[in-house]
Amino acid sequence: MAEIMYWEAVLRAHDEEMARDPLVICMGEDIGVAGGTYKATKGLYEKYGEQRVIDTPISEGGYTGLGIGASFLGIRPIIEIMSVNFAWLAMDQMFNSAAKVRYMSGGQLTAPCVFRSAGGTAHQLGAQHSARMEKVFMGIAGLRVVTPSSPKQAYGLLKSAIRSDDPVFINEHELMYNMKGDVPDAEYFHPLEGSEIARSGTDVTLFGYNISVHWCLKAAEILDQQYNISAEVVDLYSLSPLDRAGIRKSVCKTHRAVIAEEDEAPVGVGSEVIAIINEECFFELDAAPVRVHSAFVPQPYNHTLEMAAIPDHDDVVRAVLKLLGKA
Amino acid sequence: MTLDDKKRVLREMVLHRRFEERCYQAYIERKIGGFLHLYPGQEACCNGVMEAARPGHDYVITGYRDHVHAIKCGTDPKAVMAELYGKETGCSKGRGGSMHIFDVAHRFMGGYALVGGPFPLAAGIAKGIQMKGGDEISICFLGDAANNQGVFHETLNMAKIWNLPVLFVCENNQYGIGTALHRSTAVHDQYKRACSYHIEAAQCDGQDIDIVHQHAKVAVDHVRSGKGPYFLELMTYRYRGHSMSDSRGYRTREEEDEWKLRDPINILRDRLIAAGALNAEEFTQIEHDTDIYIEQEVIKFAEESPEPEVADLEKYVLA
Repeated sequence: MAEIMYWEAVLRAHDEEMARDPLVICMGEDIGVAGGTYKATKGLYEKYGEQRVIDTPISEGGYTGLGIGASFLGIRPIIEIMSVNFAWLAMDQMFNSAAKVRYMSGGQLTAPCVFRSAGGTAHQLGAQHSARMEKVFMGIAGLRVVTPSSPKQAYGLLKSAIRSDDPVFINEHELMYNMKGDVPDAEYFHPLEGSEIARSGTDVTLFGYNISVHWCLKAAEILDQQYNISAEVVDLYSLSPLDRAGIRKSVCKTHRAVIAEEDEAPVGVGSEVIAIINEECFFELDAAPVRVHSAFVPQPYNHTLEMAAIPDHDDVVRAVLKLLGKA
Repeated sequence: MTLDDKKRVLREMVLHRRFEERCYQAYIERKIGGFLHLYPGQEACCNGVMEAARPGHDYVITGYRDHVHAIKCGTDPKAVMAELYGKETGCSKGRGGSMHIFDVAHRFMGGYALVGGPFPLAAGIAKGIQMKGGDEISICFLGDAANNQGVFHETLNMAKIWNLPVLFVCENNQYGIGTALHRSTAVHDQYKRACSYHIEAAQCDGQDIDIVHQHAKVAVDHVRSGKGPYFLELMTYRYRGHSMSDSRGYRTREEEDEWKLRDPINILRDRLIAAGALNAEEFTQIEHDTDIYIEQEVIKFAEESPEPEVADLEKYVLA
């Protein structure tokens, strides 16, 4: 077990899979000679060459479609879209081609591609470089969506995604690439479906994914120390499919739920988790579930406004106190 | 092509024409649902190109006017018709429909319904061929209007810089749905747009199969020999509307009649008769036999095939 950074974990998964299988390639803007905006492909160009580490033109729809077409022949492309905000330009190919081809061909053709992209609010990147869009991806049948909250998950989920015969979208976060965490020394494959209990508790469940898992963990610590409230934190690393059984199990234990996301509320992860709670275990609830989410605005540039627009651990704490009638 | 080849191709073209006309009838009878885009008038394009290529070996991808391209690659017409009927025996198991014919065993990589969508997929297939080191090529058949999509430009650029073995065939039938090319497109000669990406390109008559074949041979040889992508523009015309919901109010009957004077099947038929390789009675017999085959085998198979099971609704979503 070694402590490495998130970007190093992503890089290690690339490297191991590319060394193992000559059909694994990676492609994207500035990933080769320049080494990748977030260093996730650093050194791969020198090691595997320009045929397998492809610096693409700034043509998101084009190169995403090209990767998908290559995957029809058994190539395993890892397609990096530098910012998830640019993925809008590639969604036609991701959704209409990759996600649907297996179904509309009656199972003849699959698109075993991995799409990796970083989203989220970083440091005053403004409206067109700060969006979170996981809610868009998780609504598409035929596409798996995972979102690693730690270096271990970043490594293990990418390894599994590359081996998967389904197209997988991996949602990363621009602020998390330098996060440190333990990753097993031995090869490790993280399951693409399910959820994880990141902290066990009894009074309330805090559902998070990716960066919001860390707000939930910090909030759980504060709730424990300052308010004597025992919060369970569930990491929904798979956003499609969502782990219905895992959601039900935790709510049946704590009878209260808070869902934290950096995304805006409408048609979001929180909405979906609450709908699942209603369908699976409504009568287990002792209080109405609460969503913690960003303001419904294009992300502002001004730093104070930016911080006001997105939630953090304090918002999770406040939501729990409100839910328990203590605020 | 030898005279024997041409006679075989004439039979195939008659099948392609009659198959599509029979689809029209089945659509009117509501046996076929959804959107239906028919190919009559353009037969020399697909046939001329594929006679220069290797059907079933080379990869072919196209848009939603896709029945004939699949059949030319080797797909059983029965499986195509059953697909149009939405049956479990259809080539896409009734999940695709007219716009999504697939037959991977014959390397027909599908019909896609987003105009221009297949461009990057075709280039990706070519990338796959390049990586695996095979002698196949990737052939992308699309219409003129697809060239106004952004991915056309993105794909041509990538195909050139990476020297991909892909042949783009532009079947220029003069209309993008119901809008004439000259009203939607600044550059009327489509091959010139490919030239701007330094891609070898040519334009020729798409109604005379000998002319198409001649040009396609140059194009296919270029791509297969590793010289990179090629763009071939074929000037053609679709007799029917864009789809079945189209009453053709955007063009004149005189224009249609003028194009029908250069019907691809008649051109080939007359040439074979002039060469003494065919006579009029023989041709009538070919048409007659084709109709019997379509009715007694193709339609019968589609009619009698089972529907998919509702219990299998969610099959094929994920692997």
